Amino acid sequence: MRDYTQPLEALETMLRIRAFDEKVDELFAAGKMHGTGHFYVGQEAVAVGIISALQEGDVITGTHRGHGHALAFGLDVKKMAAELLGKASGYCHGKGGSMHIADVGAGMLGANGIVAGSMGIVCGAAWAFKRRKEDRVAVCFFGDGAVQEGIFSEALNMAAVWQLPVVFVCENNQYAMSLSVNRGFANARISEKADGYGMPGVTVDGMELVEVQEVAREAVDRARSGGGPALLEANTYRYLGHSKSDANLYRTRDEIKQWRENDPIGRFVVHLEKTGDLESGGLKAVEEKIYTEVEEAFEWAMNEPEPAPESALEDVYA
Amino acid sequence: MPEENNNAAREITYREAVREAMQLAMRSDESVFLMGEDVGVYGGAFGVSRGMVEEFGEERVVDTPLSEAGFTGLGVGAALVGMRPIIEVQFSDFITHCMDQLVNQAAKLRYMFGGEASVPLVVRTPGGAGTGAAAQHSQSLEAWFIHVPGLKVIMPSTPYDAKGMLLAALKDPNPVIVYEHKLLYNQKGNVPEGEYTVPLGEAHVSREGEDVTIASAGYVHGYALEAAEALAESGIECEVVDLRSLSPMDDARVAESIEKTGRLVVVEEDVKTAGWGAELVSRIVEGESFYALDRAPARVAGADVPIPYNKNLEAHIRPSPEKVVAAVKSLVNEKVGVYS
Ligand SMILES: Cc1ncc(C[n+]2csc(CCOP(=O)(O)OP(=O)(O)O)c2C)c(N)n1
Repeated sequence: MRDYTQPLEALETMLRIRAFDEKVDELFAAGKMHGTGHFYVGQEAVAVGIISALQEGDVITGTHRGHGHALAFGLDVKKMAAELLGKASGYCHGKGGSMHIADVGAGMLGANGIVAGSMGIVCGAAWAFKRRKEDRVAVCFFGDGAVQEGIFSEALNMAAVWQLPVVFVCENNQYAMSLSVNRGFANARISEKADGYGMPGVTVDGMELVEVQEVAREAVDRARSGGGPALLEANTYRYLGHSKSDANLYRTRDEIKQWRENDPIGRFVVHLEKTGDLESGGLKAVEEKIYTEVEEAFEWAMNEPEPAPESALEDVYA
Repeated sequence: MPEENNNAAREITYREAVREAMQLAMRSDESVFLMGEDVGVYGGAFGVSRGMVEEFGEERVVDTPLSEAGFTGLGVGAALVGMRPIIEVQFSDFITHCMDQLVNQAAKLRYMFGGEASVPLVVRTPGGAGTGAAAQHSQSLEAWFIHVPGLKVIMPSTPYDAKGMLLAALKDPNPVIVYEHKLLYNQKGNVPEGEYTVPLGEAHVSREGEDVTIASAGYVHGYALEAAEALAESGIECEVVDLRSLSPMDDARVAESIEKTGRLVVVEEDVKTAGWGAELVSRIVEGESFYALDRAPARVAGADVPIPYNKNLEAHIRPSPEKVVAAVKSLVNEKVGVYS
């Protein structure tokens, strides 16, 4: 797992997530990648902010928009690139792709292509930790759309009844594909739902890393010390379309522009300049390093061998 | 491994056999736990877990909220981090609520993750008709799950197998769905004390015969045996094969029997269309044993209708020993082709 005690690490990871998905977008456009991908660009402060409150042994589940969660958790850029390209050396040996990257041994219990599909799973991990008296926390990332699914209610209720060490993190990026939260909810204040299940609910500015970190620390510490689950709602925005094939007809350029002006990386850079952790103009060097790292990772992955066709018949049963 | 009939084992019910398997597994393995609706003090809707919460406590025999999808998902997650969950779905009909968790999560995670994880989850669920409980509490949905690679599906028909197969399922690294039958819970049979396993995926010949092979599984395996008994009086000797496991399916054992008998009748409780019998018959006719068949195979299955409430209507659309007898007789009495 990545260690965020150095503030520059958080900056680097946000940049890594952005560079990674920009590269993926580029490869799709160039016809060099198949399947589909859901981009995390714009939401970087949420994954990095939440995961910086975790420690070794904690687990997370991702979503269909999972590259950011995986990278923030510390998964390897090269192995992720290889997986997206369907290569044998990818995390899932070419069987999972963008929506299923996992490193279960390390605690990344998988991105999930089914909206809300991991909300029960995360309760299971937390339930096991509690029962075995382990000092571990499980975090579940999901979108605003997932809140509308039935299992959301089941999972929050179970976690609250049993006081499981779970932190539910709703990344409210304002849309579920084309459905805006205002059209999808009669009450769009998602964190208020926590009250109905008997757990704390907090809304945080998901474009502000430091605030996300603070809120996350409180929720994670409470969960770890037996205080039970919490529901965090991070308001954020995805700059790019829902997936590579989205024509973006349901939102305006102006709206996108406004959110971009509120960029989480830009804001964190200002913060770092204030604290003295980054010299003015120092961003350029960090960017160069990370973009090169990502570029090289994909270059390496491109040249990796394809999995053997027969391997398609393996791994169905243990 | 103890044999089914040659020991002086006690007679206990199917219900007790299932319970005993759970108790033994939980005593020897801290990671095993039981979870479901009313499995605690209530003892489960069919009394299978009666007394277990007293021994193991609420931490390991867990009453859940009414959240079939949620707690099945919980089982998947707990299995992923090293636990051995047994999830009880109160009536198999409610397993429709668990479909995403079983089909998209439990069955797929290992494959999607490139073999880097496994989900040792056991799902127990009472299925089947014959209780007059009408369409939403009587279904046999087991065939749905054999269509999903990554799951194992078993349907023990005797107390002996119920215990041995559940213990095997609890040692298996894959998700296993155990289809129990409500009408089996009170049936008694010989069951050895202590731990033993019956391998998943192996059929069992429960009666030997020369004339016709009857393949069945679950509660209606009893109908096959009853029919075989009745047919023996009119001189027709049936070989009865209890598949026990639907996925993996031991069609090789059925094929072996057909080499001897030349005739096949499948007896299944689920609806006929796309039932597991259709799969078994396909495997037989596309394999070498096609040439061993003297007749086209026959299926005795549930009618393609929901289960009706009225007892007479229900009986009308379900398999019965009489229907099995009729199917066997028609195969035996059919005129033999000129060349055979
Ligand atoms: C159960 C299910 N329903 C629908 C979809 C198709 N789908 C994929 S992502 C998505 C929108 C999800 O929105 P949200 O949960 O807010 O996450 P976001 O994409 O905004 O990150 C939909 C409808 C799916 N993958 N799974």
